Amino acid sequence: MTDLTRLTLAAARAGLKAREFTSSELTGAYLNAIEGGNAKLNAYVAVTAEQAQAQAKASDAKLAAGQGGPLEGIPLGIKDLFATKGVHTQAASHILDSFKPEYESSVTSNLWRDGAVMLGKLNMDEFAMGSSNETSYYGPVINPWRANNSNAQLVPGGSSGGSAAAVSGWLCAAATATDTGGSIRQPAALTGTVGIKPTYGRCSRWGVVAFASSLDQAGPIARTVEDAAIMMTSMSGFDSRDSTSVDLAVPDFAAAVERGVKGLVIGIPREYRMDGMPAEIEALWQQGIAWLKAEGATVRDISLPHTKYALPAYYIVAPAEASSNLARYDGVKYGLRDTGKDITDLYELTRADGFGREVKRRIMIGTYVLSAGYYDAYYVQAQKVRTLIKRDFEIVFNDGVDAILTPATPSAAFGIGDEDMKADPVKMYLNDVFTVTVNMAGLPGIAVPAGKDGAGLPLGLQLIGKPFDEETLFAAGRVIERSAGIDFSPDKWW
Amino acid sequence: MSVDAATVKRIGRLARIRIEEGEVETYRNELNTILGFVEQLGEVDVSGVEPMTSVMPMTLRRREDKVTDGGYPDKIVANAPLTEDNFFMVPKVVE
Repeated sequence: MTDLTRLTLAAARAGLKAREFTSSELTGAYLNAIEGGNAKLNAYVAVTAEQAQAQAKASDAKLAAGQGGPLEGIPLGIKDLFATKGVHTQAASHILDSFKPEYESSVTSNLWRDGAVMLGKLNMDEFAMGSSNETSYYGPVINPWRANNSNAQLVPGGSSGGSAAAVSGWLCAAATATDTGGSIRQPAALTGTVGIKPTYGRCSRWGVVAFASSLDQAGPIARTVEDAAIMMTSMSGFDSRDSTSVDLAVPDFAAAVERGVKGLVIGIPREYRMDGMPAEIEALWQQGIAWLKAEGATVRDISLPHTKYALPAYYIVAPAEASSNLARYDGVKYGLRDTGKDITDLYELTRADGFGREVKRRIMIGTYVLSAGYYDAYYVQAQKVRTLIKRDFEIVFNDGVDAILTPATPSAAFGIGDEDMKADPVKMYLNDVFTVTVNMAGLPGIAVPAGKDGAGLPLGLQLIGKPFDEETLFAAGRVIERSAGIDFSPDKWW
Repeated sequence: MSVDAATVKRIGRLARIRIEEGEVETYRNELNTILGFVEQLGEVDVSGVEPMTSVMPMTLRRREDKVTDGGYPDKIVANAPLTEDNFFMVPKVVE
């Protein structure tokens, strides 16, 4: 029998429907893969084997009766940021020790409604703050990919590093993830997987642990563009419990995947050609342009003049919102509590002990830029720059551009414990230089694996779309995937 | 703008995060690195530009002003480290 964990989500779904295998068998294969591989990859922080088997059994009954939802019997991994009732939900932070929500997030409710099976909760950067999955309280996730002829451990990217590693390493059929500055697209690019951050408002934020509320969006990481589209259709939808959820019909995204790019205008922003950008990244970008042209798209040079200010503006807006959102972790309502001599002491000791270094750094920055005397100089200035960043995109879209093609990341996966990045937080932040503009403007963005670097590591391209036009991104992403025609399977060492 | 040791301690107090004496210098350096990086925003001409308040053009939905949820205090305190009779317990605040 073929290894069921190697099937794409679409193929697994077809196999289940045709009764070639059962969800119990498929789920069992994934649970075995997790048992065998998770100690090395550290992708899961909690495995819900019993629950998964029970869900699979229920799905099998439905499938046997010719019923079931669009994800019936498909085993998924869930990022630890999503509230799952009665199950480990700790944002990979010490401060949420033993927290088990009394409720279910809207996105995961949608997945269970459609028949999906939960394998467990996935590792991530603490509170989604990081680009390497090294800030997790549960230790770093290891990328299933290694450079040619090397045993060195690489990061899977972050913050959805557990999601990306689990999908790439066959520990789930697909995974939920979230993206505040690039946390879906950057790890997807570093692991040879597909990740899409939908338009702000497309997926409900209800029940997703908040980092920076005006930027946070949920989305999937999957092995193919089609799989990502199937996941997106189930995850999306209006939710009255999220005040920024948008009341729009959800298209069948998978139906757009083979639509092609004939007649589309693809913008190439000159500001994304950064100083010191590796030649391999530039070559990949040119290759992507050639593929889209060959399939009938028109390519146009465009300018997004405020691009370079997106990352600095992000590092004011996101920490400011985080400092406010994370005020709720006080040692009183849930999670960790350190005893102090009075209430202030209790707060200060609990938060010093419970938050990791990167989280504390960002809360401190956020507190500073919101404090009296600095609010206008930092926060208001950053929000004005954000308006200009969004305007840049509006101008090119109004000019007839349908989507924008850029590199996804400035490099391939890097080593665990990179000394340069440890010494300088801004070096780590630069990982998100191509992705963060999209969050600042609320737009959809997809990362698709498109090539490999000289060491054999995956590299991704990013497509940026108009608000609520994820369909064009799936169509163009599929053209890149098909044109590249590369098998993005890591060599199994774990 | 850059921060000094006293400012680091003040931010820590505002954020309710205990900063030990031995940590102050590292925080000072890291915060100044980040503040140095964001300084470049000052060169952007923002005259006449409105600060962003909503990334998607939308007005906040309203609903009828009525109780739609609640009535389960036991669930609310279920994850609290210390509770009594469905109250959160904290050190004595008022003498």
